[in-house]
Amino acid sequence: MNDSEFVRVMASILLQASPLIIAVCGEILTERSGVVNLSLDGSLLMAAMTGFVVGLLTQNLWLGFGAAALVGALFAGIVAFGSIRLGQSQVAIGFVLALLGDDLSAFLGQNYTRTPGVAVPHTPIPILKDIPIIGPVIFDQDIVVYFALVLIGITWWWLNRTQPGLRLRGSGERPEAAFARGVGVNRVRYLYTILGGALVGIAGAAYSLDVKIGWSDGHVRGFGWIALAIVIFGGWSPIRGAFGALLFGATKALATYLQRAFPEVSVVAFNSIPWVLMILVLLAVGSDYTERFISAMPKDWQRPLRRVLRVSPPMALGTTFHEG
Amino acid sequence: MNDAELSQGKPAGTQNWLLRLWPIVPIIAALLFTSGLLLLFNAGPLESYSAMWTGAFGDANKTFSVLAFWIPLLLASFGLLITFTAGLWNIGIEGQIILGAIFASWVALKVDGPAILLIPLELLAAMVGGALWAGIVAVLKTRGKVNEIFGGLALNNLAIILTNYLISGPWQPPEGGSFRGTTPFQEAALLPRYMDTRFSPLSLVLAVSAFVIVFFILRGTTWGLKLKALGKNPYSAFLLGVRSERETIMAMMFCGALGGLAGAVRVLSWFDSLRQSISGGIGFLALLIVILAAYRIFWVPLIALFFSAVLNGSITLQLRTQLHSSLGGILTGVMVLFVLLFGSAKQLGIGKTKQVVSEGAPEVTYSPADTIVPGKHGGD
Repeated sequence: MNDSEFVRVMASILLQASPLIIAVCGEILTERSGVVNLSLDGSLLMAAMTGFVVGLLTQNLWLGFGAAALVGALFAGIVAFGSIRLGQSQVAIGFVLALLGDDLSAFLGQNYTRTPGVAVPHTPIPILKDIPIIGPVIFDQDIVVYFALVLIGITWWWLNRTQPGLRLRGSGERPEAAFARGVGVNRVRYLYTILGGALVGIAGAAYSLDVKIGWSDGHVRGFGWIALAIVIFGGWSPIRGAFGALLFGATKALATYLQRAFPEVSVVAFNSIPWVLMILVLLAVGSDYTERFISAMPKDWQRPLRRVLRVSPPMALGTTFHEG
Repeated sequence: MNDAELSQGKPAGTQNWLLRLWPIVPIIAALLFTSGLLLLFNAGPLESYSAMWTGAFGDANKTFSVLAFWIPLLLASFGLLITFTAGLWNIGIEGQIILGAIFASWVALKVDGPAILLIPLELLAAMVGGALWAGIVAVLKTRGKVNEIFGGLALNNLAIILTNYLISGPWQPPEGGSFRGTTPFQEAALLPRYMDTRFSPLSLVLAVSAFVIVFFILRGTTWGLKLKALGKNPYSAFLLGVRSERETIMAMMFCGALGGLAGAVRVLSWFDSLRQSISGGIGFLALLIVILAAYRIFWVPLIALFFSAVLNGSITLQLRTQLHSSLGGILTGVMVLFVLLFGSAKQLGIGKTKQVVSEGAPEVTYSPADTIVPGKHGGD
């Protein structure tokens, strides 16, 4: 692998990972407020279909992204309404929506499979793109990649450095305490569930209008579940989550590379990589053996190792909060 | 389904007509929703529904197809009743069905013998395969703290990949590798079918046995009681001496074994070989069925039959009108969603009913990195 090939592979990993990063950031906002939106797989499919079809019919990319965001927000809104207002299980509603989105996208998109459509144009950033290595990898991309990168920073900053972010975390960690301090817990949860869903919708359109252009049945099936697993692996932090998304993007590039290097190995072996990786990363952050491994390390290493290897979910994640 | 739901959700004393009609509202709403979709595609709803009806029950052959599709749904649903009772979301059922199909196919392809020997061996292998796949999910959960939803999903996909590998590699038909399926099995390996249909009376016997066994486990055994304790409140169950790890693994493997049987029925009677999409979403449908049945075993057969009819009907609809067959999935999915959301009228402030949908339902919670209790690892 020479220099220019390395740069090309890196750039493609970043592009592959960008929609995942957007979806992961959205879901992190949702889950940090205490709601699990398990419908990601279905809403990504619906949003990808909607974004593609609306973009094609209007010949306008932005309308495509906007429509996709609305669809994502609608799905998330159903989860929020069902759990907050009606007190039903978030997991059950999310799961049903995940399946429903799959079927619904197949039905609504049936006349648009494998048709050409609009695509996000390549927009290198002048000057910055000429920086060696970093330039071609990060700044010689398109708007989806830039948005994903900026979103990581904004999400982190919003969560950790702002007042609304504090209220958001309070609602997800200790809703009673937050409520006692005057936070409208359920309003906050509605807001970030719907906002997170809109981001998931944008991620769906990012697939069908940019990273995996077009529409076909089950076009982005599986990515929603991978995004949900990345949120856990990322310890509900946007920076770690982005790292996880890049890791999954990298396995995809690695699979393509290995396939070329070892053509005699069956292609299905490479398809299994993301799923094996999904189990491994969740094991790494969850299992007791990791804890045992950390405890066996020298004292000085334990704290940093724990920070890297262990995660803990928002304490009130998935629970219902009754105000008043 | 209205009467029984009403008898549970009947308000004390008052007879409100709205409440009486409430349980059919989600069904009507779902039909209206799909009608809207049909109109969007310039198809008449009534014509489409009647095409679905004739597609499901138009002639004896079609009716037997509905029954043949119903059996694996039943087997998987009965298994899921056990895992739901234990508070587990066994989304991995899909992979367990596939593994059952693979193990049954393995016996069917590699073992020669009379049917009387071959069929029990296939069924046994299928149960082992399904239980094995479920056992992995369970151990990942108890030992690795990998939530069963994610462990199950990953293993579902790995099972699909394994199938594709087998039918395009080691088990490919002699005329060359394809992604379609293996060569048809020997006649002795197939379940005896009724006439020329895909329906096997033997598979019905399996489903009925599963019904009886699961019913008695949940009603009359200590194990059933332990599972309920585990599902309702894991912490109290622990205090009562329920060994949660053991029961979790047992419940999952029990469900996996029934899922495996469902897979065996798919390869040995619905098809006659291992195919690419051997399960075709049966596991997910079974999850929806059990949710819609509000975890009550007596409702499962009826709802599963309805699902089977709708899905078979929508395949006919696609053949006749070119409309995508996912319409059946949409109809059932929307129905489950509406029942989940508005199943109990109380939630909309109409009347004062008891909560119907989650009545008797296990407290299934989602805790991604389940057991990471704050403060458990000290330090930070």
